[in-house]
Amino acid sequence: MSEIHFREMASKSWLNFLTFLCGSAIGFVLCSQLLSILLGEQKDIQPNILHNDPHGRHSDDNGQSPLEGQMNFDADVSQHKDENTDIAEYLYQKVKILCWVMTGPQNLEKKAKHVKATWAQRCNKVLFMSSEENKDFPAVGLKTREGRDQLYWKTIKAFQYVHEHYLEDADWFMKADDDTYVILDNLRWLLSKYNPEEPIYFGRRFKPYVKQGYMSGGAGYVLSKEALKRFVNAFKTDECTHSSSIEDLALGRCMEIINVEAGDSRDTTGKETFHPFVPEHHLIKGYLPKTFWYWNYNYYPPVEGPGCCSDLAVSFHYVDPTTMYELEYLVYHLRPYGYLYRYQPALPENMLKEISQVYKHEDPKVKREPSKEKHA
Amino acid sequence: MVSATGVSFFNGMLVGSICCVFITMFGQINMRHRGRTQDHEHHHLRLPNTKDFLNISEAQRMELSKNIRIYCIILGESNDEHYWAVLKETWTKHCDKAELYNTKNDNLFNKENDKWTQMRKTYQHVFEKHGDNYSWFFLAHPTTFAVIENLKYLLFTKDASQPFYLGHIATSGDLKYVTMKGGTVLSMEALKRLNSFLNKTKKCAEQRAFWELSADMQLAVCLKYVGVLAENAEDSEGRAIFNTKPIAHLIRETMSNNRQPVVEGCCSDMAVTFSGLTPQKMTVMMYGVYRLRAFGHYFNDTLIFLPPNGSEND
Repeated sequence: MSEIHFREMASKSWLNFLTFLCGSAIGFVLCSQLLSILLGEQKDIQPNILHNDPHGRHSDDNGQSPLEGQMNFDADVSQHKDENTDIAEYLYQKVKILCWVMTGPQNLEKKAKHVKATWAQRCNKVLFMSSEENKDFPAVGLKTREGRDQLYWKTIKAFQYVHEHYLEDADWFMKADDDTYVILDNLRWLLSKYNPEEPIYFGRRFKPYVKQGYMSGGAGYVLSKEALKRFVNAFKTDECTHSSSIEDLALGRCMEIINVEAGDSRDTTGKETFHPFVPEHHLIKGYLPKTFWYWNYNYYPPVEGPGCCSDLAVSFHYVDPTTMYELEYLVYHLRPYGYLYRYQPALPENMLKEISQVYKHEDPKVKREPSKEKHA
Repeated sequence: MVSATGVSFFNGMLVGSICCVFITMFGQINMRHRGRTQDHEHHHLRLPNTKDFLNISEAQRMELSKNIRIYCIILGESNDEHYWAVLKETWTKHCDKAELYNTKNDNLFNKENDKWTQMRKTYQHVFEKHGDNYSWFFLAHPTTFAVIENLKYLLFTKDASQPFYLGHIATSGDLKYVTMKGGTVLSMEALKRLNSFLNKTKKCAEQRAFWELSADMQLAVCLKYVGVLAENAEDSEGRAIFNTKPIAHLIRETMSNNRQPVVEGCCSDMAVTFSGLTPQKMTVMMYGVYRLRAFGHYFNDTLIFLPPNGSEND
């Protein structure tokens, strides 16, 4: 009797044991799945976005998770102890640029923060323009609404604000978006040949609709002091009005009315400096399809491949936060040691004379001729 | 009333889940530990101190720069012709000589060759043809972008007749090896020793372990037999110079690993490699490294490198 009982017990405990094993296996698998979801690595989705409208605004998310925190590449000073920035510093004093960045309350932490952590620090003065004031960021409140149709209003009010408070603090006034990356050193080099008392403005020149062309909003544009004065004045005299909500086109029309010249921002080899897209879109042949609006909009013959972009590029657009830091790293940090760059332009004559007096050192780069480029 | 089997099932699930959690946690801690900068008891290379070279003439600088010659080997499998074309058009132009070995259709390889055999054959082939003409041999994966000038800067004060084996270091047990993805640097002496060892004995060539060692680990095993140990390379801040990921990944990774509001820059100014790049990204890197820069910033570098002839993207 006890033997049968024993066998029953044994088979029962075998069964229990098996179900235990089963359960632990299933538990393990379920748990590892759960953990891998929780701790899962962010797959890098690089969406192939083509922006279908030259005045198109940015859809708010391209699917990547927001970038928390900021990165400071300048924290390490020792890597730059061999760096000579005399000429860059000279230009900083000589060519004063006030930057204002078009942003909004919902983008301060998502986008504008990364602008503030990177290129904005190189402006002589930077202002973040939003529809409402934010004292902490800080951002200026323009008292408009938000939205695509408010862009020209924001632009007009932003320039009016700058004119009222900071006119004498700068020579040039740059507008950029919170997804534009601007290389201030190169902008200063570009503008060093011009007089801020002239009525002129620069950017990526487009040809439709306006006889002298107009500047792409996203790639950023910069007004001389005289251009800013005339623009603000034009709204007092009604020479210009809020004629449309297409910011860059409307501004371009106004510029033509008030006789502000649309300047040629290309470098001395004819390569564009302001770019409406990220480098990849311009450098890769065939990236932008031939039917794309861009090919018919560019004022100068558009180029794809290495000739698309100047070594001394001034701006790129549709730059997401990660790419802001990547560009910061590529422009100001990563470099090929000892490399003699092909393109070696110089400063205008009058500045060269002034620099050699101010700095009084033998710097062969200062005296180098500009004609080292081999390709036009 | 819950049956006894039901109870034991749930017990099982509980135990299984707990085990899983423990193992995962342990794995995470282990990974993080490995991720920290290596201890200084190991060997690692630092960028040279150029104070000794301050007063040399331009002619001497050019001489120094010309003396270091690097042979680049790209080894990989690729059905994508475009990939190889882009590699030829971009950074490999800056090597003193570059050779691309496509394991899919090169005569050197058979269909059954595993990755280690492919690597071994490549190194033997390179040594036979060029072992005497170049001081350094750099092996890269097809998705790697390398800045050869920075590699030359790292190496120019090092003696190539000493055995050097450098790159992005990983550890497996007590084996320190250079990960293939970050690029592998061998000095002339290291390649020589490797080659003579492989000719004499098939020992590492036929090692079949219970778990199959990856090709880069196999290389480390072989080199260890001839007294060549893997070394890391860092900049003055202790940052890796050989990277196994693209810049954007490193940026995102650094920011998500460090929860401070402002994080130090992820990557070295003198980085040599980034890996995992598409052909498009290679083209962008070419522009970003060799052309795009800020006006008015100049460096007093010891070495001088001229742009290659007949090239327009650098």
